[in-house]
Amino acid sequence: MNPLDITRAAISNTFRSKTRTTLTVTAIVIGAFTLTITSAIGTGISTYIDNQISSVAAPDALSITKASDAAPGSQSGPAPYDPDSAVVGGRFDGDGSEFSSGILTAADVDAIAGVDGVLEVNPILHLAPLYIEHDGTGKYELAINANIQMITPDLAAGAPTPEGGNHVLLTSAYLESLGFPDAESAVGQPVSIGIADHSGEIHEREATISGVQNETLFESGIGLNQTLSDALREAQDIGSPADTEVGFFLATARFDPGIGEEALSALKADLAELGYNAMTAADQIGIFQAIIGGIIGVLNAFAVIALIAAGFGIINTLLMSVQERTREIGLMKAMGMGGGRIYTLFSVEAVFIGFLGSVIGALGAMGVGAVTNVILAETVIADLEGLKVLIFAPIPMLAVVLLVMGIAFLAGTIPARRAARQNPITALRYE
Amino acid sequence: MNTTATTLSPPMLAAHDIRKSYGKGTARFDALAGVSLSVYAGESIAIVGKSGSGKSTLMHLLALLDQPDDGTLMVGDTNADELSVRQLNRLRNQDFGFVFQQFFLTPNATVFDNVVLPLKIAGVGARERKTRGMAVLEQLEMADKAKNKAVNLSGGQKQRVVIARALVNNPKVIFADEPTGNLDTITGALVENILFALNRDHGITLVIVTHDPELATRCDSQLFIRDGRAVRSLDTLGEAA
Repeated sequence: MNPLDITRAAISNTFRSKTRTTLTVTAIVIGAFTLTITSAIGTGISTYIDNQISSVAAPDALSITKASDAAPGSQSGPAPYDPDSAVVGGRFDGDGSEFSSGILTAADVDAIAGVDGVLEVNPILHLAPLYIEHDGTGKYELAINANIQMITPDLAAGAPTPEGGNHVLLTSAYLESLGFPDAESAVGQPVSIGIADHSGEIHEREATISGVQNETLFESGIGLNQTLSDALREAQDIGSPADTEVGFFLATARFDPGIGEEALSALKADLAELGYNAMTAADQIGIFQAIIGGIIGVLNAFAVIALIAAGFGIINTLLMSVQERTREIGLMKAMGMGGGRIYTLFSVEAVFIGFLGSVIGALGAMGVGAVTNVILAETVIADLEGLKVLIFAPIPMLAVVLLVMGIAFLAGTIPARRAARQNPITALRYE
Repeated sequence: MNTTATTLSPPMLAAHDIRKSYGKGTARFDALAGVSLSVYAGESIAIVGKSGSGKSTLMHLLALLDQPDDGTLMVGDTNADELSVRQLNRLRNQDFGFVFQQFFLTPNATVFDNVVLPLKIAGVGARERKTRGMAVLEQLEMADKAKNKAVNLSGGQKQRVVIARALVNNPKVIFADEPTGNLDTITGALVENILFALNRDHGITLVIVTHDPELATRCDSQLFIRDGRAVRSLDTLGEAA
């Protein structure tokens, strides 16, 4: 029997018992559908993250925090007091020791600046402004994006925060509340930001909106330029004791983006040796990616479990088929068909069932995915510009189909072996 | 036993003192207890016996569908033991044709598809299958039924399709196991005529297993078998042994 005839015979055998085939295929469809959906979510989100890394992450910035001392385990009792740890001001409650990553002091900033490869260090001040207001339309709480120097903002309008004068970079979420119909109309408009000083008195600082950025998964909050940060910090510190050492919770360091992976690793290692955690924006976003990758992996595992269960369905179906076709198999063997060919015939049948189920499942997933994407884009993730939750890329889809066919092939080996080993005499006597 | 002139050349199939038993211990059943037989090219031979006599087992062994426990089986000059699985498959596919009492047609496949199954197994291409399949259906006057499903045929038509299937590979031997067993007398006679015509006109060797003495007498030679042993004549068959 030539391969084409075997394939044809296997396919037509599949449709002999339509109900049984339909049920088996349905089980596979469910597994393949789930796996396609989960892998499409994986592709969708990692594509989004990749885009974020390439478009949003500043390629030349490191975010530096102080490495916290090894946290004592709960059983080992309280950690001994370290008199050298900084006691600092700067809006940290107490001495800032509750701040898990530790506090950077001016001495730390100097140390970081001294590391080979660091071009510039910007300590990030801890600012807690109370509200933002535009033209008397109401006061709204605001979140400051301290990481603004780490990203290349995805702008909806205007420009990122230029120096010279007080500038803010709004996010699209603030537009409606502050009374702007769209991003364009907000650019160049004045806002006032309120901040409380040491004694609780509120000071307002005026600023101009330099631009509006799209909300992303990773970075939200209003960006401030250095001038405005300094002005707010000054207002915040009014009335605080004069000789308090200033603490920073974060510093951004610039480096030459052309130095390459190896030099960057060396730079991070140097900083780590001094007791600082240094991460690029890509590293930070990469953490999200790892978490999402893990979740997708678990979902995929469940889909594969469903497929393995469906594989038993294939075994069952084909065993019944072998039983029913005992005579036919015996006849074919009597007529000189080798065991290997019989084996192939049933294997191809199993693989075809897998193929059918996976293609239907994948196509179904694509249909559902297309609808879901539209619905999600209009509702839940409307603020996250450029996020397409489900992306059906050809290679993962092909991989799903091949995986299912592989599982089906493995499931088919048991019935195929049984068929191939049948003795023609016994088979022909079988009533 | 062989009365024809073919005795001059070596037999096509020869069984010497072959034995075959099924089961073990007390359940052991000797289907064949030492039977010898030679089949010469071009002859027709009947293996005659009641059901359970071992006649079908003998045919299965001759057709190389099974292996004897003891004794030798020669295919031409070759001992069947020395043939590889591949050679056995080829021999059964190319040189042997099978006609069964229960037909063994695939019910929902067409007559044509049933007939060309041996060609398919041999790996013959679709075009040649068509020509040879239709030619053999033509020969058995079943060409007009080629597209019908096998399940919709009468018994006689089914047996003609089975003969067509046995003939399609131009075999040297046709093994027929009770070919008329499921047919009425008239249809049975027609099927018999077809088989003997093939033997007479095309020189195809016939090995017919039957319990029907009349069919057996139409053959060139007969082997009577009872309880797994060859016996002398039709008369002996009737006696309690």
